[in-house]
Amino acid sequence: MGFGKDFWWSPFLDFDSFVSGWVWGDHGSKTGPDRRPSEGKTIDRDRTEYGRSGLGPVRSGPIRQDFGKFFRFFGKQLGVIAFHSTKSILSNIKVRHNLYIFTLIFLLLKVNMSIWLIRSRRNCGNLLKTLICNSATGNGRYEYSISCNPSASLFMARRYKSMEAEKELFSSKDDGKTSFEENHVHRLEYPGGKIAFTSEMNFLPGSSEERVKCYRLLDQDGYPILSNMPEHVGKELALKIYVNMVTLQTMDTLFYEAQRQGRFSFYMSSFGEEAINIASAASLSPDDHILAQYREQGVLLWRGFTLQEFANHFMGNKIGHGKGRNMPIHYGSKKLKYFTISAPLATQLPQAVGVAYSLKNDKKDACVVTYFGEGSTSEGDFHASMNFSAVLDAPIVFICRNNGWAISTPVTDQFRGDGIVVKGQAYGIQSIRVDGNDVLAVYNAVRSAREIAIKEQRPILIEAMTYRVGHHSTSDDSTKYRTKDEINHWRTVHSPITRFRKWIERNGWWTQNEDSELHIDVHKQVKNAIDEAEREEKPALKDMFTDVYEELPSNLIEQERSLREMIHRHPKEFPTNVPL
Amino acid sequence: MLGVIRQKVIGAKDVMRLRPVVSSMRHYSSGTKEMTVRDALNSALDEEMAADPNVFVMGEEVGEYQGAYKITKGLLDKYGPERVVDTPITEAGFAGIGVGSAYHGLKPVIEFMTFNFSMQAIDHIINSAAKSNYMSAGQINVPIVFRGPNGPAAGVGAQHSQCYGAWYGSVPGLKVLVPYSSEDARGLLKAAIRDPDPVVFLENELLYGESFPISDEALDSSFCLPIGKAKIEREGKDITITAFSKMVGYALKAAEILEKDGISAEIINLRSIRPLDRATINASVRKTNRLVTVEEGFPQHGIGAEICASVVEDSFGYLDAPVERIAGADVPTPYAANLERMAFPQIEDIVRAAKRVCYRSVPLAATA
Repeated sequence: MGFGKDFWWSPFLDFDSFVSGWVWGDHGSKTGPDRRPSEGKTIDRDRTEYGRSGLGPVRSGPIRQDFGKFFRFFGKQLGVIAFHSTKSILSNIKVRHNLYIFTLIFLLLKVNMSIWLIRSRRNCGNLLKTLICNSATGNGRYEYSISCNPSASLFMARRYKSMEAEKELFSSKDDGKTSFEENHVHRLEYPGGKIAFTSEMNFLPGSSEERVKCYRLLDQDGYPILSNMPEHVGKELALKIYVNMVTLQTMDTLFYEAQRQGRFSFYMSSFGEEAINIASAASLSPDDHILAQYREQGVLLWRGFTLQEFANHFMGNKIGHGKGRNMPIHYGSKKLKYFTISAPLATQLPQAVGVAYSLKNDKKDACVVTYFGEGSTSEGDFHASMNFSAVLDAPIVFICRNNGWAISTPVTDQFRGDGIVVKGQAYGIQSIRVDGNDVLAVYNAVRSAREIAIKEQRPILIEAMTYRVGHHSTSDDSTKYRTKDEINHWRTVHSPITRFRKWIERNGWWTQNEDSELHIDVHKQVKNAIDEAEREEKPALKDMFTDVYEELPSNLIEQERSLREMIHRHPKEFPTNVPL
Repeated sequence: MLGVIRQKVIGAKDVMRLRPVVSSMRHYSSGTKEMTVRDALNSALDEEMAADPNVFVMGEEVGEYQGAYKITKGLLDKYGPERVVDTPITEAGFAGIGVGSAYHGLKPVIEFMTFNFSMQAIDHIINSAAKSNYMSAGQINVPIVFRGPNGPAAGVGAQHSQCYGAWYGSVPGLKVLVPYSSEDARGLLKAAIRDPDPVVFLENELLYGESFPISDEALDSSFCLPIGKAKIEREGKDITITAFSKMVGYALKAAEILEKDGISAEIINLRSIRPLDRATINASVRKTNRLVTVEEGFPQHGIGAEICASVVEDSFGYLDAPVERIAGADVPTPYAANLERMAFPQIEDIVRAAKRVCYRSVPLAATA
């Protein structure tokens, strides 16, 4: 350290004061040798409504400038010392007189140093500096002002916690920083933490030149990219994943067709997103809670919802779990910890954080996983939930299916910036971008995210890049806003199922024969389920009135009674397929 | 010498400190305790949180600030930040989080700084909290309480003065409660927290500071009022006046004025907007044969409209005069004090309406 203890003049001054003031003090700006801290300017920061703005030397400066400044300022004083010393020696004045002169000069120097300290708004870590700063700067709590507010109280500097931290900063020499220059980076303790300053005006770019890279383990043709692949997906798991993906695709195809045939009212397929659905579900435990959006029937399928249960739900029959109350796609299962789908977009996000908060208190080895599309990140609820989950330290994994389209709105019209993954950092959330059509990458990423979320009790954001091959729903014809070529390209070249199938076939775990058999078998299962569900009776009349409240309220009992009376009096008006 | 001075000073202070103690002792001896609505709500929250570890409070300023209206005073110190959660400014956020945590079994008490701000979270209240039990076929129930001040305060303008009783009262799946006195506040809040269904608890800012006498029974920690039962605050035989929240106080004062004119008014404190206690209202109308409904909210599709329809449906033959509804003016609440006063029902309005219904004065239609 240059101007450390060994500097020859330092014993003449208050050691602490000068060393710390000098080393961590204000030594002029980077922009010019002569630049002093702005004199006469009061910054509004000195309105200490927080009472916590630290004192603060605010700029760093190279040694060169320090030397120059020092000598420029004190050159006069040094000259005086030199002159008098020489004079006394030459004129042979007694030592005693010399001592007087020297004391005078010493005092002069001290006063000068003090004035210099004041003028450079130096922070003072001890009483002397406090005195100086307080008397000069009013209440000694801000860095720029030399407007003298002489109404300082001497010991005000002691009152605020951040000033103690500031003192520690100055007195501590083990910053971990070695270079002199680094020791000159000044920080201010704002509410919320220390922030370093710069004189370079720099607007952070709206998005970085290079987009965040996508995590992927299998390439487009299903070849492993790394030579040493993580060994998490063995044969049994891989086959289970594949079978489920094929089941999901078949189920989607047949249910979609059934809706077009008029057998039920509405359906949404997840074509192209099978890997996200199944692979992510495969990496979770049955204790984890799921709050999905509406294109995650694969997750429910993996967890144990049977094809028959799906069909019952879509047909709205009496054995369906929903008692015929919910329109299709609004399935749910308390047993499988999959919350009933809620239609308004992004409502599940803050609710998921709430479930995670509740789970956190239970201290289980479980987390909450919530799915949403890139379009719903425009909703206010997305912002609230991300912010909140970080503030509450909720064990939650946010999985965004960025499939390029929100009905007819492409991502370029949905938001600017580099997608969803960069938004996580703004909220203080660890995030990753993943190739959503790569089963192994999704599996790995979600698995790790889950571990972090549970162990460290914090939220994680995963952006899974994929493409919505199907229409938004049965009410949509996507060829109206995108080309058939684009759809076909993603459906064939980037199909997650094909890719994974190639990998398992090359591993010797699967054959073409088995594949065709599987397709035929699953097709039959789904078809049977639909037919059977259709044959079932619709829910009974009483199911219209129950579950509005925990207990049937009197007005509904009344309504049911009067309805039954009406049916009794006019049986022909009542539909025949509704059991009483 | 210093000691003497010190003693004297302390002596003076002691006397001053003694005074409140003396006066409360006087209260004990006479038997009627008084409690402000604020303290009633605070004590109810305190007792319910002590009784059930799943109950927690969440909202803006509920913790460190002791509550925007000091309703949650002292709770943070007693129960810690896990159970008294200060939130960032996002009604949609914390209402959603409350609903989510209720899905999982906690019992949140979500505070809105006023119910005007609940509109930012209304999707969670209605589409999620109210409908989840039904949509999930009974699998997911939402034992949540949304509470906060509702309706006009004093000089707070249009966006801080709306009454949401009618909005929430129209949604099946919700229960909507409107306490008036401290006893109402205590009993209904406890009932709301214990209820397995979502409850919207509409308080009133101006009532927070008002003191009401409270019985020992109401101070007991297991005290609970039934949801869906109105209270007849004052018996009468000539006219029924229904009111809720602050308007109950006005109606009671109007009843005293009407008494001098020989009109005996029966005042019904609704206590619960959903479920509405139609039985009590109808029984009262059948006794008195005349009805005036009072509310602070906007007149169209208001609480009075529903009560009127219910009475016309069930007790038409018993009515001796058309039902009169008194409601707030059909304008966004003005700020200027004189205009604000004219935008909300005052005691004189209730008295005049009662007289019109009793045909003691010319009906409004004739004056038009």
